Amino acid sequence: MGNGVQAYISYKVITKTNLPEYQGNEKIVIRRYSDFVWLHDRLFEKYKGIFIPPLPEKSTVEKFRFSAEFIEMRRQALDVFVNRIASHHELRQSDDLRIFLQADEQTMDRARFQETGIFKKKPADLIQIFKDVQSKVSDVVLGKEKPVEESTPEYEKIKNYIFELEDHLAEAQKHAYRLVKRHRELGESLSEFGKAVKLLGTCDDDALGKAFSELGAKAEIISIKLQKEAHHLLMNFEEPLKDYVRAVQSIKATIAERATAFKKQCELAETIKFKEIDLNKYRLTRSEKLAEAEREYEMLKAEGEETSRRFDTIVRLMNEEIVRFQEQKTSDMGLAFHEFAKGQARLSNGIADAWRSLLPKLEAHSS
Amino acid sequence: MMGYENQESHLYASKEEMESLVLDDDSPTGTAQPFSDPLSSSSSLPFAEIPTDQSQTPNSSFNSILEPPSYAEAIFRSFDADHSSPQLNGAHDHSIASPSSPPSSDDFLTITVSDPQKEQELSNSLVPGGTAYVTYLITTRTNLPEFDGTEFSVRRRFRDVVTLSDRLAESYRGFFIPLRPDKSVVESQVMQKQEFLEQRRAALEKYLRRLAAHPVIRRSEELRMFLEANGKLPLVRTTDVASRMLDGAVQLPKQIFGETAGGMVDANEVAQPAKGGRDLLRIFRELKQSVSNDWGGVKPPVVEEDKELVEKKQKLHDFEQQLSNVSQQAEALVKAQQDIGETMGQMGLAFVKLTKFETERAVYDSQRTRAADMKNVATASVKASRLYRELNAQTVKHLDKLHEYLGVMLAVNNAFSDRSSALLTVQTLLSELSSLNSRIEKLEAAASKIFGGDRSRIRKIEELKETHRVTEDAKSSAVREYERIKENNKNELERFEKERHDDFLGMLRGFIVNQAGYAEKMANVWKTVAEETSGYAKHGS
Repeated sequence: MGNGVQAYISYKVITKTNLPEYQGNEKIVIRRYSDFVWLHDRLFEKYKGIFIPPLPEKSTVEKFRFSAEFIEMRRQALDVFVNRIASHHELRQSDDLRIFLQADEQTMDRARFQETGIFKKKPADLIQIFKDVQSKVSDVVLGKEKPVEESTPEYEKIKNYIFELEDHLAEAQKHAYRLVKRHRELGESLSEFGKAVKLLGTCDDDALGKAFSELGAKAEIISIKLQKEAHHLLMNFEEPLKDYVRAVQSIKATIAERATAFKKQCELAETIKFKEIDLNKYRLTRSEKLAEAEREYEMLKAEGEETSRRFDTIVRLMNEEIVRFQEQKTSDMGLAFHEFAKGQARLSNGIADAWRSLLPKLEAHSS
Repeated sequence: MMGYENQESHLYASKEEMESLVLDDDSPTGTAQPFSDPLSSSSSLPFAEIPTDQSQTPNSSFNSILEPPSYAEAIFRSFDADHSSPQLNGAHDHSIASPSSPPSSDDFLTITVSDPQKEQELSNSLVPGGTAYVTYLITTRTNLPEFDGTEFSVRRRFRDVVTLSDRLAESYRGFFIPLRPDKSVVESQVMQKQEFLEQRRAALEKYLRRLAAHPVIRRSEELRMFLEANGKLPLVRTTDVASRMLDGAVQLPKQIFGETAGGMVDANEVAQPAKGGRDLLRIFRELKQSVSNDWGGVKPPVVEEDKELVEKKQKLHDFEQQLSNVSQQAEALVKAQQDIGETMGQMGLAFVKLTKFETERAVYDSQRTRAADMKNVATASVKASRLYRELNAQTVKHLDKLHEYLGVMLAVNNAFSDRSSALLTVQTLLSELSSLNSRIEKLEAAASKIFGGDRSRIRKIEELKETHRVTEDAKSSAVREYERIKENNKNELERFEKERHDDFLGMLRGFIVNQAGYAEKMANVWKTVAEETSGYAKHGS
């Protein structure tokens, strides 16, 4: 829709539900990619501790943005995204989800414009958060400050696991993507080879010429099989792997939230302690600042409790989410592996059959 | 293929990870690395002989979990042994479909080239120190009667091979003689390089085996002397023959009369093609003749009659062009097969690492399950990668036939140009005769007008008549030569057509069986994994 730089793809979102909060059984709305981003960001903000399902990447390459394959990949990923939210016992209750699934386009546009900037965390920010934490750590080593990062073994274990997992997965995904390309390349070269052999076949009108022509034709047929399998591989194996990587990145974002909450908790605790010192000072000197200081102190304590509560919630949720995540990924990858193996077997069998079918004719030519 | 080598070492670098995998299938290992074939006319073609013993990365723990020397390697060796000759060693390994050959006779001529050694040329008084050159050990086994022995060896240098090739070209005009390996500008540094020596050794071996496979040339005296005669190669290069030492001012008759002790030089020598530098005048004449042929002035009495031949030549030319095209696409195909195998292997290794990681860090059972699934996929990918590598090694061997025939086409072209130059010689002599005749006629007419005769004219006429007689003999000889070459062409063409038919059908069969066979193996590998993971298909999204 739209023109030139303004052009964008819109997606039809069809919701079927029997939940009472929703109006009616079935609703169809039109949404664009940035609407999905809005939903993701709102959920991320509201449900700290929960691993929000990942979105497919924005595409920066202009001409690729409208290729059929890219659009199909994105559509599939967005479909998975919304359905994961809808099947998560907490996320599905979100008001934002309801707006996303039901609101008319104007309401949606308005909601989207309201949110620009404030809540969005760019990837750079995540890195910055960790850098801050790390600089604090080095300050501690130098004896300057108290540590502001969690140092429990459980936390360390999870954090290291997630970070290393991302590296391993990214490598596997990189090769999987290349493998898709290799299938296409093999298909192309086989096709060219087939064409050349067919031409060679025209040089002779005898059995040899026919044999060449048949081989060339068969090579072209097999080339098509390879292209098909390349597509299947992309959609059913590489994409799930990519999705896995995104999921891990989403967890990293949650870990960053946790680190932020922990830092806030620690800082507040610091502040409260100083405030206590001040309070005692005022009490001793019977200063007139005492009343106000007591008020402030109470507010800080309340805030401190709230902050701790939030932090504990994040920790609790994360622990639950990890279990869910591991199970989900085992089943997602299991399916992806199955599709991969099935596809490869199908391709190889197809190739074997195709070549074998030439043999009887070839025998006839030889005699 | 450097990229491939680097990838290989990367592939085997994390061997320790592979050790924890149990590879229970008998997937054979491929250890081939292609060399470029120096016989190729375009030096960039990667097809070639695949050396059977290739030193791999030295990680012994890897070798210990690999299977013993594979079936595929055994195929390599037997293929190498009887690769070049469809008529040698009746034992063919038909499972890899080497060219289907007619039932071979019992005689054999097996040649091996080995053991390059540097030798010093003995210094002569002019050049102090002398130059170094390389000799190769040529070992022959045969039961052909022409040879004195059944098993013998000689040492030859590359220059000797050039001599052999030149002599064969002279003696066997009209035949499709296999082309010898290229000379290269050999600097003394290059000569020491192991790789160069190995390439040359392999090229020489290929060349000699091709000669031995040719039904006529294998029985030639030149080849026999090359293979058997000890010491210095007794083949003389015709350009050294004293009679050729005449400079460009000589006339054709003088060439015939020559300065040799034996008096008149054999008219047959005239029938040989003019060699550069020595027979300048003759070259001039033949050039003039060919120009006048082309410009269609006087129609030469001996016309290249064969419209059939012209058609045939055109067809062969078309075939050659298409063959070259196929050869290029085949090269690209081989590269693509190699690439997909490599990537499959790299992905497999990445999954191996992931599996290890998950296993080590597993907290939940779901992780352990996933690690197990992943291991299956990783193992299968690595197996598939090996299969691709083997498939490719075999593909290269089969498609090498294409490349071999490009060389044969060059030999065919040479044989046809032998014929053309023989025809040109005949035509030259014919017009020489015709011009002699007209000069004689003119002189006779002039002389007859003078009563009593004109002494000087009559003497001249006699000289001319003598020249005419000699030239007539030369012409007959040249015609015989031309007919001989035509006959050779014809026989060779028949042989060529038959061999081409058989060889290519064999190649196609081999290629197809190879592709189908490996595809089936791969299908089996993946079928297992698909079955093992079929449980997940039930709750697919």
